[in-house]
Amino acid sequence: MALYSDKVMDHFRNPRNVGVIEDADGVGEVGNAKCGDIMKIYLKIDDDTITDVKFETFGCGSAIASSSMATELIKGKPVSEAMELTNKAVAEALDGLPAHKLHCSVLAEEAIKAALKDYYDKNGIAYDESQFPDCASCGHCDV
Amino acid sequence: MTIYADNAATTKMSRTAIDAMLPYMEEIYGNPSSLHSVGQRANEALADARKRIAACLGCETREIIFTSGGSEADNHAITSAAYLGEKQGKKHIISTAFEHHAVLHTLKRLEKEGFEITLLDVHENGLITAKQVSDAIRPDTCLVTVMYANNEIGTIQPIEEIGAVCRERGVLFHTDAVQAAGHLHIDVKAQNIDMLSLSAHKFHGPKGIGALYAKRGIRLTNLIEGGAQEQGRRAGTENIPAIMGMAAALEEACAHIDENAAKVSALRDRLIAGLAEIPHGILNGDAVHRLPGNVNFCFEGIEGESLLLLLDDKGVYASSGSACTSGSLDPSHVLLAIGRPHEIAHGSLRLTLSEETTAEEVDYVIQAVRNVVEYLRGMSPVWRDLASGKQQFVTK
Repeated sequence: MALYSDKVMDHFRNPRNVGVIEDADGVGEVGNAKCGDIMKIYLKIDDDTITDVKFETFGCGSAIASSSMATELIKGKPVSEAMELTNKAVAEALDGLPAHKLHCSVLAEEAIKAALKDYYDKNGIAYDESQFPDCASCGHCDV
Repeated sequence: MTIYADNAATTKMSRTAIDAMLPYMEEIYGNPSSLHSVGQRANEALADARKRIAACLGCETREIIFTSGGSEADNHAITSAAYLGEKQGKKHIISTAFEHHAVLHTLKRLEKEGFEITLLDVHENGLITAKQVSDAIRPDTCLVTVMYANNEIGTIQPIEEIGAVCRERGVLFHTDAVQAAGHLHIDVKAQNIDMLSLSAHKFHGPKGIGALYAKRGIRLTNLIEGGAQEQGRRAGTENIPAIMGMAAALEEACAHIDENAAKVSALRDRLIAGLAEIPHGILNGDAVHRLPGNVNFCFEGIEGESLLLLLDDKGVYASSGSACTSGSLDPSHVLLAIGRPHEIAHGSLRLTLSEETTAEEVDYVIQAVRNVVEYLRGMSPVWRDLASGKQQFVTK
């Protein structure tokens, strides 16, 4: 289908890092089933580095591809670098998303950050609240 | 293997329809309004097509107006009836919550112009009753418009009874028969229908052509001004090839309507039975009062667009009412109208069969859907929560 780039279709058909980490150091879930997409990210963090990451997604093709790409972009990276991940970087790495699907990349960024926030909370690490926008920032859930 | 299971979206043109069109592109390409021979031959063909289509619907030849399709016919019928009503001080229109957008958006526009619209609730089985219509009719009601069969869930409405109620109460009755024409019997006189819309590409005819039946005496409001075509009711040079294709396709469909319905509904029931075995899925719409080719399910824990993309990879062409496929934030208004929660409506799948579908294809589709649903559930956090009991299933 010409709806999506080859990269999106590749990550949709062969998603990387699908699954669950039972003893995750950080778990983040964003989205709303009412809106049609939920992303859940599991992080394993050792020595301030993301040693493993898994995701589960309920959503459309671009939601699954965005989750897959986002996990690839942070795997093996220091936590500080993962915190820098933007939705734009996810969309660009997928060779672009249709305009009405950009919120999927926003959701992916937010899911990663929610998992990192959980990690900070669990470990008593101080952080700046403003680094974590509300899930509703994309406006997609305002129905 | 590729299996086209999206016949409610559009159909493959029949050989009969294509063959009926070609002479009007290659030889008899005249303008029916021209006085010369090739124009007059086209004009004769036009008159013949109109007569044949009228015969299929049980109406008079002059009661047929050719349009660009179902949407235009719906717009034309509803707008005309509204303005007729307005002249008599009647500005109330009754319809249903699960009409096609060609109807709903026309009503929205009329509402802005000061008309009052009542949209009847649809029962969970996807049906409305003549009593609901009767109860909603007021002294100022000028039109009742109820679709013959729903385009998403295929449910067939009690058109004849609704028509009888409208006739008795002196209210015009329009039906959007876009999904019904060529698949269900239509007799506008017996069914008390004042206006009816149809579209050729839903019964193996060409796209971009349709017809409006309007009972004699109903004064139509022109949507397109210009020449005197269609007795001055719809300007623009007639699309003769498409009209010839439509007439041939409708005649063919109506000639085989019972045998096609028997064949296709047997395939439909085989497909429904197969998909019903997938746990936590639910058939949308009544199983009996249903178009022969329509199957529509919701599966919990998954989203429709990813389902369609993976089915496409397996060669199965289908559609869904999820928000992602509609380009809006909300899932299908039809599924919401029958009371499906948003979460479930996002996981909908519509498969619409035709006479060309085979039992082997149906079995392949069942297996493909089963595999894809299972695969997507495997990566769905919603499904995990449902399966672990953290959330409650809505379906069995």
